[in-house]
Amino acid sequence: MSDTDTAEGTEVADLEARLSIYRMMQEGRLFEERARDLFLQGLVKGTSHLGIGQEAIAAGFAAALEPDDLVFCTYRGHVHTLLRGAPMAALMAELLGRATGICGGKGGSMHLTDVSHGAMGSYAIVGAHMPIAAGAAWAAKARGTDQVAVCFFGDGTTNIGTFHEALNLAAVWALPVVFVCENNLYMEYTAIGDVTAVEHPAADRASAYGLEPILIDGNDADVVHTTAVRTVARARSGDGPSLVEAVTYRHGGHSRADPGKYRPDEEVAEWLRRDPIPSYRERLLAAGADEGTLDAIDRDALAAVDRATEEAREAPFPDPDTLETELWADGGSAWRN
Amino acid sequence: MTEKNVVTAVRDALHDEMANDERIVLLGEDVGARGGVFRISDGWMAEFGEERVIDTPLAESGIVGIAIGMALHGLLPVAEIQFADFIHPAFDQVVSEAARLRYRSNGDFGVPMVIRTPYGGGIHGALYHSQSIEAFYAHIPGIKVVVPATPGDAAGLLRSAIQDPDPVLFLEHKKTYRSIKGEVADGAYLTPIGVAEVKQEGDDLTCISYGYSLHLCLDAAHRLAEDEGASVEVVDVRTLAPLDVDTIVSSVRKTGKAMVVYEDNRTYGAGAEIASTIAEQALFDLDAPILRIGGPDIPAMPFAAPLEHYFMEPEPDHIYARMRELARA
Repeated sequence: MSDTDTAEGTEVADLEARLSIYRMMQEGRLFEERARDLFLQGLVKGTSHLGIGQEAIAAGFAAALEPDDLVFCTYRGHVHTLLRGAPMAALMAELLGRATGICGGKGGSMHLTDVSHGAMGSYAIVGAHMPIAAGAAWAAKARGTDQVAVCFFGDGTTNIGTFHEALNLAAVWALPVVFVCENNLYMEYTAIGDVTAVEHPAADRASAYGLEPILIDGNDADVVHTTAVRTVARARSGDGPSLVEAVTYRHGGHSRADPGKYRPDEEVAEWLRRDPIPSYRERLLAAGADEGTLDAIDRDALAAVDRATEEAREAPFPDPDTLETELWADGGSAWRN
Repeated sequence: MTEKNVVTAVRDALHDEMANDERIVLLGEDVGARGGVFRISDGWMAEFGEERVIDTPLAESGIVGIAIGMALHGLLPVAEIQFADFIHPAFDQVVSEAARLRYRSNGDFGVPMVIRTPYGGGIHGALYHSQSIEAFYAHIPGIKVVVPATPGDAAGLLRSAIQDPDPVLFLEHKKTYRSIKGEVADGAYLTPIGVAEVKQEGDDLTCISYGYSLHLCLDAAHRLAEDEGASVEVVDVRTLAPLDVDTIVSSVRKTGKAMVVYEDNRTYGAGAEIASTIAEQALFDLDAPILRIGGPDIPAMPFAAPLEHYFMEPEPDHIYARMRELARA
């Protein structure tokens, strides 16, 4: 990672903001660990894609956004959605497919939306949300709302057409959008390097769209946050889009069914050592944070996850009558008279 | 009332809607400086500004995706796909995103957008400028598919499509653009989406069609009336999805005979849905089997004039002959 930016020499946020970033990472981590547990208990059906190990990217950006900014993310989007301010119990209930879920149980793990908090959807078709994010950014710009769109995507997205179409359009129109590649080195089950013509799948493509290549350590929350502040400010001031490649690692496999055995043991061990949360805790302590404060954040985060879990588990399943609702603006689904 | 052709009716309606509502933006390939390949938006970039009449690159997935994002966030985009044949790269955006976002978010947001595109054959466009694409999309709940055949319907339905809170695929048959003229009411009237219209009343049989084929049916019906005194009711579905089953079925119940005519490939086409609906709901009112006339099952409309003609009219007086056969049955 010698060619990525590090926290050294970059101006970091004040301690209060960094404690907030720590809290967000911890909430995200505990939420997803609980989701994993609920899967193992058979309470969450289907599949799920966890971002355990990648929280610094979601938190670093979340801390740099205004409440009405617009976030688009992928099927690995629990934490991004949560950190927009979506209610945790409703998110957990959605994962459990309950009526009180954020999408009434229609979406599930991979398709979370909370428009009132600027969570504009997690998208399960790789790359499909990139032009959509650009379009929302166009609307924000045209309406003069001062909002910025942030679009998270994985390294695998960089080889699909919409990635290139969206970046070109955003650059041509100088749209207020930040594209954030969460490069966790694996495109599902395949090393991204095995299927990509360049070493850095996003950053090495930036020049094709007249953009600055930005390659950062995605496990360093301070670096992510500093980059987020800079790129979001650039977008908000009308100077156009950015493409950020944040290198990270998922601690688990691609999805619930994947033990991730295709990854060398030493590689996994190295990245577990670089877990973004313990190292950030150490750094905050060194910067003068009170250990009791950090402990309280940990306790509160766990308590919040416990409450959300309890609430979600007690919630009813959706009434089958809701199956054919909300297709059209009138709330119904009349497909013929 | 003013007599217009279809392309002029589309242009005037779109222009007036844009003038009345600043949220409406037009985007697509060559729609700005060039004014569109059918010149629908000629001069509009200067009139409405580059923020509202937007030239895009040749990137259909991007065009539709951008329009979805605009629609999610307060604008009313009208995306033009230059020819319907070019829409396939955007299939995922239409089907996976535009049609699904309201449902998957349980009504949290919607996609009030229109995709306008010229479709259909008869202008020597050959294999990639002649296709009928309606069946692909009419199969997908969540997007409305509108297929006007006349200038008056094109104007009224386009206004309804723009004002609709849900996504609408608005298909304009190229052959009707300049060949079909008609009286268009003045003023910003709305023609409702999802409502068919009996274009000609009759008692002996019901002929259901849409787009350019509708005019072939009307022509055949007029000739049959003159030649044999047959009274054919011609129903223009106008919208394929949602389908106005009531109008279709009540007409068939009245006449006791039904034929469906469409230019698209016959197999799995819109006519199959209409025919099966009639069979389900009015079988015992029928005096003869349902007749279904669709285009040949070949991958696209070929170039040479006789081949193109044969695609649209497989034998001399094809529709007329089979309509007469059914009327006599």
